[in-house]
Amino acid sequence: MRHRTFIWFILPSLAAMIIFIALPLVSVVTQSLHIEHQQVLVITENCGPFGCQQETSVDAAATAVLRAEKPLGRFNGLGTYFDRGHLASKEVSIAWANRASFRGFLSDLYNLPFYKALAFTLSYTFLVTPLVIMLGLLIALGVNRLTPALKGPTIFVSLLPMIVTPLIGSLILFWMIDAQGIIGKTLQWLLDDPVLSLKASPGLTWATLFVYGVWHSAPFAFIVFYAGLQTVNTDTLEAAQIDGATRFQQVRYVVIPHLMPLVVFIALIQLMDNFRVFEPIIGFSAQANATSLSYIIFNDLRGDVIRFNSAAATSLLTVLGVAILLTPVLIRTWRDFKRKVV
Amino acid sequence: MAAASIKSSRALFIFSTAFVVLWVLIASFPFLWTLWGSFKVQGDFFSKADWRYALAGTRTIIETGGPFTGAGYYGAWVQEEFWRPAMNTMIVVFFTVIISLTLGTLGGYALARSGHRYAFWLLMLALIFRAMPHITLVSGYLLPFFQWNLWGHLPTSIIVLVAINQPFTLWMLHSFFLNIPKDLDESAKVDGCTQFQAFRHVIIPVMWPGVITTGLFSFLLAYNDFAVTSMLLSESNRTMVPAIAGFLGSTFQEGNVMFAVAAVVSATAPLFILVMFFQRQIVSGLTAGAVKG
Repeated sequence: MRHRTFIWFILPSLAAMIIFIALPLVSVVTQSLHIEHQQVLVITENCGPFGCQQETSVDAAATAVLRAEKPLGRFNGLGTYFDRGHLASKEVSIAWANRASFRGFLSDLYNLPFYKALAFTLSYTFLVTPLVIMLGLLIALGVNRLTPALKGPTIFVSLLPMIVTPLIGSLILFWMIDAQGIIGKTLQWLLDDPVLSLKASPGLTWATLFVYGVWHSAPFAFIVFYAGLQTVNTDTLEAAQIDGATRFQQVRYVVIPHLMPLVVFIALIQLMDNFRVFEPIIGFSAQANATSLSYIIFNDLRGDVIRFNSAAATSLLTVLGVAILLTPVLIRTWRDFKRKVV
Repeated sequence: MAAASIKSSRALFIFSTAFVVLWVLIASFPFLWTLWGSFKVQGDFFSKADWRYALAGTRTIIETGGPFTGAGYYGAWVQEEFWRPAMNTMIVVFFTVIISLTLGTLGGYALARSGHRYAFWLLMLALIFRAMPHITLVSGYLLPFFQWNLWGHLPTSIIVLVAINQPFTLWMLHSFFLNIPKDLDESAKVDGCTQFQAFRHVIIPVMWPGVITTGLFSFLLAYNDFAVTSMLLSESNRTMVPAIAGFLGSTFQEGNVMFAVAAVVSATAPLFILVMFFQRQIVSGLTAGAVKG
C-alpha cells in the first residue's frame, strides 16, 4: 500500500487517538506543573484611637476574577509531585529517619494517601492476575471434559461475570456480602460470629475486592485457554498416554507447554486491566479501607473543589507505572520484530 | 494397572465435574439471586431476621399483600425516571459503536495491508494507548472541556469513548483483515481498481463477521463505562451506570436500595440477551487476539 493511501485510511482513527489520548496526556503534564492561584490579599491600614494597625484580608472578588481568568493557575514546577498527597518526599524522609523498624517505616508510608493507593493497586494487580490464570486454566480443563451438549450452556453462564458492567457486578456482590445479605449471613453462621462484617476491617475488604477481581476476570482466561485446548495436538497426547503418562503428567508436560503463549497474552491483558482497578472500589464502597491510584484521581476530580493539579500528578505517576509494567512486553516485541526483519 | 487407571480417571472425572458445577454456581448464583430479590421488598432482600424470608417473601407479603412486588421497578423507572439514563445510554452506545467501527475498519485495513515498518510502530503505539487508565485521560479532558463549554454533553462523551475505543478496535480489525487473503484486493487492483475501490467492492462484502465481533466489544466498552460517563456528563445527561451509582449516593434510605437493585437488574438484562445471541462471536473475539500472539 502506498504511503499516501495509507495515510488517508488511517487518518480519522489516528486523529481521534492523537486528539483524545495523546493531547490529554500533554494536558495532564501541563496541569500537574501548575497549582491554583493563591488568594489575593489586601493590606489595609486601620487607624483608631490606639494608633494604626495593618490588617490583611482576603479579596474574594479579585481571587475569583484571577481564578476565572487563568484556571490553570500559577506555575509550580514539580511541587505537586513531592507534596504530601503524592510522593511526599519530606514525610518519607522523616519516617525513614525516625524508623524504629522496617515494618514501622512501611506502616508510616501506608498512612500517606499515594502510597496507600499504590500498595492496594500493586497487591491487586499481582495477586489477582496469577489467580485468574490458574482458575481460568482449571475451568477450561474441566469444561473441556464435559459432554458436548453441556458445553454451550456452561460457556454462556461462565461469560456472565465478565460481560456484566464492573460497577454493577460489584454492586451485586456487595449486596450479597452485606451483613444482612445472603453471603454475609452465611459467613456469620459458618464462622459462628454474629457481628462479622466483611466491610469492617481493611484485610477483609481487600480480600473481598480480590475475590471480586478473580470472579470478574476468570472467564476471560477460561475462554482463551479453552480455545487453546481445542488445538492441542492429539497425537502428542496419545503418545504420552502410551508411554504411561498419568492424566496429571499429560497436562503438565503436553497441555501446559502448548498453552504457554496464551499465558503470556492473558498476563499482559490482565496486568493492564488490573492496574487500573477502579469500579469495584466504588461498588463495594471500599474507599475507607482500600483505595487505588485510579480511585484517588477520581476523588480529586469529583469533590466540591476540583484539584486538577493533584489529579494530574497522580495520573502521570500512574501512567509511569503502566509504562514500567509494559516495558518487558515492549522489549520482547521489539526483539521479535528485529529478528523478523533480519 | 488398567483397573487402577480407570479408577483414578473416574475419581478425576467426578472431581472435574464437581469443579465445573461449583464454578457454574459461583458464576450464575449472584445474578439469579439479585433477579429474584428485585421483586421483593428491602426487608426480605436484606433480611435482618432470617435469610429464608427472601425465598418465601415474608415481609413482601406483609407489606404488599403478594409474594412478589414490582415496587422497586416502579420506583426506579417511573419515580426516579430511569428511562432517561436508559435513553442516554442507547444514544451513546449506538453512536459510539457506529463511529468506532467506521474509523476502525479503515484504519485496521490500512494497518493489515501496509507492510511498512511504521504500521508496526502504530500498532505498538495503540497498545500503549490501550493500557492508559481511562480516568487519567479524563483528568486531562476536564479542564479544557470546562473552558470550551464542551463538558456535560452527550456528543462529547461519544467522541471520547470512540477515541478510547480506537486502539482496541484497530488491533482486533487489523487481525481480522490479516485473515482475509491479500490476493483478493490485489487482483482487484490489477484489474484497475484504486485501493479504496478494492476496499469498497471486494473487502467490505466479506468483512462483516469481523466487524460484528468487534462491534460487540465496542458496545460492551461503551455500555459498561463508568469513568468517562460519570465525569464528563451533566446530571440530566447521565447514562445508566452513573445513574445507578447516583442511586447509592443518596444514603441507604428505606426503599431506595430496592430502586437500585431494580435498576441493576434492568441494566443487566440487555447484556444477558447479547451473550445469548452472540456467544459464538464473543468467544471468537476473545480468542482472536490470543491465537495470533
